[in-house]
Amino acid sequence: MTALLQTHALTAFYGDAQALFGVDFEVHQGEMVAIIGANGAGKSTFMKALTGLVSTQTQQITWNGQAIGGLAPSDIVKRGIALVPEGRRLFPSLNVEENLLMGASAGRKGEWNLQRVFSLFPILKEKRLQPSTSLSGGQQQMVAIGRALMSNPAVLLCDELSLGLAPIVIKEIYAAMPLICAQGMTAVIVEQDVSKAKEVSNRLYCFQEGQVSLHGASSSLTQAQISKAYFGMPDVPAAVGSIA
Amino acid sequence: MDLLLQTLLQGALLGGLYCLFALGLSLMYGVMRLTNTAQGDFILLGSFTAIALIAGLKILAPENIWLPLLLSPLLLIVAFGFGFVLQRQVLNKVLGKDPLPSLVVTFGLSIVIQNLLLEVFSADPRSIESAGLNTASLQLPGGVTLGVLPVLILFLAITTTSGLQWMFNHTALGRGFRAVSDDLEIAQLMGLNAKRLYAYATGIAFMLITMAGVLQGIRTTVSPSDGPMLLLFAFESVIIGGMGSFWGTLAGALLLGITQQIGFRFDPGWGIWFGHIVFLLLLLVRPQGLFPKTVG
Amino acid sequence: MDTLKVSRSNAASRPALIVAILLVTVAASIPIWAPEDVRSAWMREFVEIACYLVFALMWNLLAGYGGMVSIGQQAYFGFGGYVMLMLSNFLGVNPFLSVLLSALCTAAMSIPVSLVAFRLQGGYFAVGTWVIAEVFRLSFANLAFVGGGSGTSLTAFAGISKAMREQTTFWLALACMVFSIALVYIFLRSKRGLALMAIRDNEVAAESQGIAVQKTKLAVYVVASLGAGLAGGLYYLSNLRITPDAAFSVNWTAFAIFMVVIGGIGRIEGPIVGALIFWILNKFFSDYGSWYLMGLGSLAIVITIYFKQGLWGYAQQKWGWSLFPTQRRLKESIKGKS
Repeated sequence: MTALLQTHALTAFYGDAQALFGVDFEVHQGEMVAIIGANGAGKSTFMKALTGLVSTQTQQITWNGQAIGGLAPSDIVKRGIALVPEGRRLFPSLNVEENLLMGASAGRKGEWNLQRVFSLFPILKEKRLQPSTSLSGGQQQMVAIGRALMSNPAVLLCDELSLGLAPIVIKEIYAAMPLICAQGMTAVIVEQDVSKAKEVSNRLYCFQEGQVSLHGASSSLTQAQISKAYFGMPDVPAAVGSIA
Repeated sequence: MDLLLQTLLQGALLGGLYCLFALGLSLMYGVMRLTNTAQGDFILLGSFTAIALIAGLKILAPENIWLPLLLSPLLLIVAFGFGFVLQRQVLNKVLGKDPLPSLVVTFGLSIVIQNLLLEVFSADPRSIESAGLNTASLQLPGGVTLGVLPVLILFLAITTTSGLQWMFNHTALGRGFRAVSDDLEIAQLMGLNAKRLYAYATGIAFMLITMAGVLQGIRTTVSPSDGPMLLLFAFESVIIGGMGSFWGTLAGALLLGITQQIGFRFDPGWGIWFGHIVFLLLLLVRPQGLFPKTVG
Repeated sequence: MDTLKVSRSNAASRPALIVAILLVTVAASIPIWAPEDVRSAWMREFVEIACYLVFALMWNLLAGYGGMVSIGQQAYFGFGGYVMLMLSNFLGVNPFLSVLLSALCTAAMSIPVSLVAFRLQGGYFAVGTWVIAEVFRLSFANLAFVGGGSGTSLTAFAGISKAMREQTTFWLALACMVFSIALVYIFLRSKRGLALMAIRDNEVAAESQGIAVQKTKLAVYVVASLGAGLAGGLYYLSNLRITPDAAFSVNWTAFAIFMVVIGGIGRIEGPIVGALIFWILNKFFSDYGSWYLMGLGSLAIVITIYFKQGLWGYAQQKWGWSLFPTQRRLKESIKGKS
């Protein structure tokens, strides 16, 4: 089965500083893949590279077999890759509804529209005309997710959904994920909470110092393996379990 | 008392014109953080283009006095196109974190335009003929006299300001402007084409600039070296009012006009100086301006 | 075991220093060997270039290194000129000494001004400084005792021969030029200079490293205004006649911007190269008036868009030239074999 989104020895730089040192990654249609790793491991950089916010070489990222590395963010979202950015990054000058409408700027057709987002997150309908900054952290996260959904993506990238949120709110957010993925949406989530990541995903990648230190089926990875990969041992990265 | 009222009113009317000078500056800075140091010179380019066109029309169709008026929408469309292309081909190339390139380029444009106008039109002050509009006046109860043209200009300033504000708040284009202004990276992530949006913004700004130029040319005489002065008035209006709000720019312009008018009453030589001083004092005391946009 | 050395000079800088010393010596002796008929003109022209260069160097320090783009440095240029004149005409101070004193006064003046100017950032700071310059201009234009709008003349030279005046002015100009270049160079090589470049690259990061950002920026602003005042005092020492419109004209800054941008911003050699090019262009084309200025403006635009680092910057990138090395490079040197 060919992968929907793949990276091949992906490298990324911030100026002269290298942040990613050859990352191989793939996600298939309908999968939920989680990425874990300590702060500074390169997870967010990876997300940025996938969406064109950080430049990469053309062949290093392929989408349905086509090389898309180095394309502008506006071109990538048109192809169907949407990002829920780390820290939400809503537009402060826009209200809730306007923020959601911005998500549709790419002009992709599909099932997701304002109505559907409001039925997924009813509280947003209530607060639709309020400035986005007046919402609570959890509600802002809903807006950020809704905004990404409005572009009718084929792959939804979520960078640290639970950042700065209370556990009960995190639960609420993740409860929405099955509803989002019910129609075959593919998702890649970056998650600080390792057990949460294991719980919601089919497969899992662990990043460490800009490289993949572990990857495999979430259910088959042991705590010991994950700890070793998370904190970094001078071993060769291990792949456990088969990737069907 | 009469004198005070007259001064305030005349100052407010002057402020109306300053608002039109300033709206384009405010728009370009608001959307793309570009300080257009050639603002004043572009306004004059608008004035002189109108002067040239009218002179040409006089030769082609001397009987028709309404033709210039009918052609003014055309001038605005040309202005939009000019601004659009300028942004697309020149200014987009110098936008970025570093303010220097855009400052040097706009400053360079300022020098080129000033000298071009000087070569073509010479340094003599000129004006746009308006069949007496610039001298017509209204008598208000209480012995106050107002010029018809200044009142018209203030009216235009208010409608333009509210039009701009409405566009920003209620159209997709305005939404796009606010988004790229808030967070360019994320706006691009949503699929917005920032380069094109910037070009639209500058196109609109140039329509405002041209309108201001034509009105200035009707109201008074213009000469190629006036540019910097107009820029400073526009700039002061924006800062006094507070960045991020078109109504703020109008308020700032009115205040500047009134301040200058008060200064003129004391001594004609000190009017503009007084405006500058009040501006600097306000900067010292309240740098965010009178009505800054509050961002949560 | 290798040891690492921090090196600052490069292949071009040592011979360049020798050449520079030679040039200065030759220049200083012009009053002695230059032919009678051109001596006066050469000296006057040299003084003029020196003023342009000092002003441009200081603008470069402020904008290229300090990250503060100002369109209002002419405020200090004119202020320096007027204070020099006032000290000489009204207080009887030796005009040559007045030049130096007025530079100090200008530096002092810049401190309260900075309180207002620093309220703004980026492009708005630039226009704000222009407003301040206009206030200076209008203020002096309304002061009757210095001639108001028509300006006034430097009278303190009555009784000194023309030759004597021109020679001393010339040497003073040469000294100021060398002093300014040396001042900027030493400043940039120092710890403060390194701090300045860190601030220029990333203000927030610099602050987090403990660099006193505001203090450093103020220091640069004051130094730049000192230089501008020096240039102004010197210019009007030579010119003898000052008017507010000329002294506070934005053209001074326009020319400085041109010189720095053409030569290369943020490099010490930049303004020097730019001043040379500017002088050559002036010699050949200034008769064309408006067309010349349009050409200058267009050239500045083209270079800013397509040759961001200016001509010297382009050379530095391509061939690593640096006559005034301020970059610190890590050099490995191998200790003697055991």
